[in-house]
Amino acid sequence: MTTIHPSPLDSPLRALVQSSTIIVCTGSGGVGKTTTAAVIALEAARMGQRACVVTIDPAKRLADALGLEGLTNVPSKIDGDWPGELWAMMLDTKSTFDALVRKNADTDEQAEGILANRFYRNISGALSGTQEYMAMEKLYELHHEHDFDLIVVDTPPTRNALDFLEAPRRLTRFLDHRLYRILMAPTRGFVKAVNFAAQAFLHTVAKVVGGEVVEDAVMFFRAFDGMEQGFRERAEQVLELLTHDETTFLLVTAPRREVVDEATFFAAKLREADIPVRALIVNRMHPHFSDASPTAMQERSRTFGDADLAGLYANLADFVQVATNEEMHLAGLAAKISPAPVVRVPVLESDVHDLDGLGEIAHYLFGRDID
Amino acid sequence: MAGKGGVGKTTVSAALARAAALTGLSTLIIEVEGKSGLSTLFGQPAFDYDEVVLSPGGGPDGASDVRARTLTPDDALLEYLEDHGMNRISRRLAQSGALDMVSTAAPGIKDILILGKVKSIERETRANLRADLIVLDAPAAGHAISFLRSPRGLLDAVSVGPINAQARDVLEMLTDPSRCEVVLVTLPEETPVNELVETAYSLEDEVGISLGPVFVNGLYPPIAGLDTDPVEAARAAGAALHAGEADALRAAAGFRRHRMTLQAEQVERLGHLLPLPQIHVPFLFTADLGPDHVDLLAASIHQGITTMPDLNAPAGPTTGTSATTSAGPST
Repeated sequence: MTTIHPSPLDSPLRALVQSSTIIVCTGSGGVGKTTTAAVIALEAARMGQRACVVTIDPAKRLADALGLEGLTNVPSKIDGDWPGELWAMMLDTKSTFDALVRKNADTDEQAEGILANRFYRNISGALSGTQEYMAMEKLYELHHEHDFDLIVVDTPPTRNALDFLEAPRRLTRFLDHRLYRILMAPTRGFVKAVNFAAQAFLHTVAKVVGGEVVEDAVMFFRAFDGMEQGFRERAEQVLELLTHDETTFLLVTAPRREVVDEATFFAAKLREADIPVRALIVNRMHPHFSDASPTAMQERSRTFGDADLAGLYANLADFVQVATNEEMHLAGLAAKISPAPVVRVPVLESDVHDLDGLGEIAHYLFGRDID
Repeated sequence: MAGKGGVGKTTVSAALARAAALTGLSTLIIEVEGKSGLSTLFGQPAFDYDEVVLSPGGGPDGASDVRARTLTPDDALLEYLEDHGMNRISRRLAQSGALDMVSTAAPGIKDILILGKVKSIERETRANLRADLIVLDAPAAGHAISFLRSPRGLLDAVSVGPINAQARDVLEMLTDPSRCEVVLVTLPEETPVNELVETAYSLEDEVGISLGPVFVNGLYPPIAGLDTDPVEAARAAGAALHAGEADALRAAAGFRRHRMTLQAEQVERLGHLLPLPQIHVPFLFTADLGPDHVDLLAASIHQGITTMPDLNAPAGPTTGTSATTSAGPST
């Protein structure tokens, strides 16, 4: 059960960096997804590629990790001593959505009408899944409009594993909603009976949420009329890109049980969607100090009463126990994603917030020497 | 209870609830995201919208019990409409799947439905249903702010009607320190500490909600003897070490000492950045946390609460979604 560090030549992650045009880092919040994504993009740049990392995390941790402040919605180039190029971008959900509206609108007036609508401002900021949807939209745009060799994308910290996969379809489902069709009825020349039913329904909804909300919604959908097709087509294209051969999904986790349970759930969901996990990256593993059993160490500790040696054995027992637990928690998940490799990163000295820190992780992910 | 993913919010919620129950309070944990492993911690099967007893305390009218249930916006909406004589609408909304649509029209509606339900549970007077303390396991950090900000946002968006009234009532509960406090959970590490401080100030500024003590989870408990070199320690104890043991003992001792120093630095930094009392929760080196471990953590939380500086300040009503009210009846 000793940790094997990959040598530069047989690093399975390096092979994935070489064969992929998009790498999606998935996993629950707080497991180091953003940092992992940054290390992978950095490695691609060190391999001579033109790489871009896209982060969504509102905590701006990538900005910290790259020593950057204030990433914008367009990629910015990070200077450094590598043969390729490293670009980084922080997703701005709202301006991505605004751009999408402008692009699909027939006229400037239509676009402005939508952008000014209160209902639109609500969805563009807060519709559940909007962030995920815009992340995928931005990914598509970056893929088609910039010639990056590799785009590494960090997914939003979501409990629902597949939110980001379902996101592109969510808006189109929304547009297919019965209520939407009812709202649109008056402008589409339906018979008056339908219109009357619609009004009755709106009246009941208005009773609960208030009239202004309903009015805003009706205005929004009228302004949006004619744009659905563009949105629908784009959603399908984004999904196609995500399921393409050169798009690689990595699962990032920490070795604690509750986090591994979530990752296992994630892996199962990805499998249901026919998306293979190409590698499992486990951050923050405790070191494995000894092959002795924790019970034996505890017994030794008890033998020595309150001597210093008792404390030393008790401490070793603690860490052997933790390392054993971690491997045990991971075993089931590793089997589920097999034959994908498991790459382990130990607990590091301190939090990573600069290029040196990223370099240290690159040592564990890619077998790089620490500079 | 709020904190970013992976800081052990659910474990701390369970332990806090148990600590409260052990002082004689009837305690209800409310989950809003499902699938948190809370039932496993108490060695019980998974639960749902219907309330279950996770840890029976045996007192009269549920005193000392830890109960739990999950709230979903859909269920809360149906219940709300039925309670307000809108059965027909409730059926129509359910059948048409219009909740998603409605909640899109006014984001935060789902949150307000859940918080509204929490409020009605808080106001519950029936002996078998009421709780002295409600522990709400809030959504992960980023969402916790928008979750708690929802009533204020809705007051702006919807100026009349039942949702407006609901938002008003919820806001009143959230901003009344005798009824509600937010307890933030973090790990003694740089990024979680930074995010906690950010969340704390946003909650105070944007929601006007009162903050309870900060729970710092995962602190390594000290062990005596780690400063002594193993070879020296073995000589002192008259023991012989096995081959390679000295290196393993030394490396493990060095690792713990180093991690403890880093943790202490972060705890101190947190204290400087955020002038709130801290409750320290130990890291447990065990494989699978179960009811015994919850009790261990509960004991350490109880200890932390009883030694908190402001414990003897005048107490508010004993009912509330608050952590500090758990110090209500003395033990």
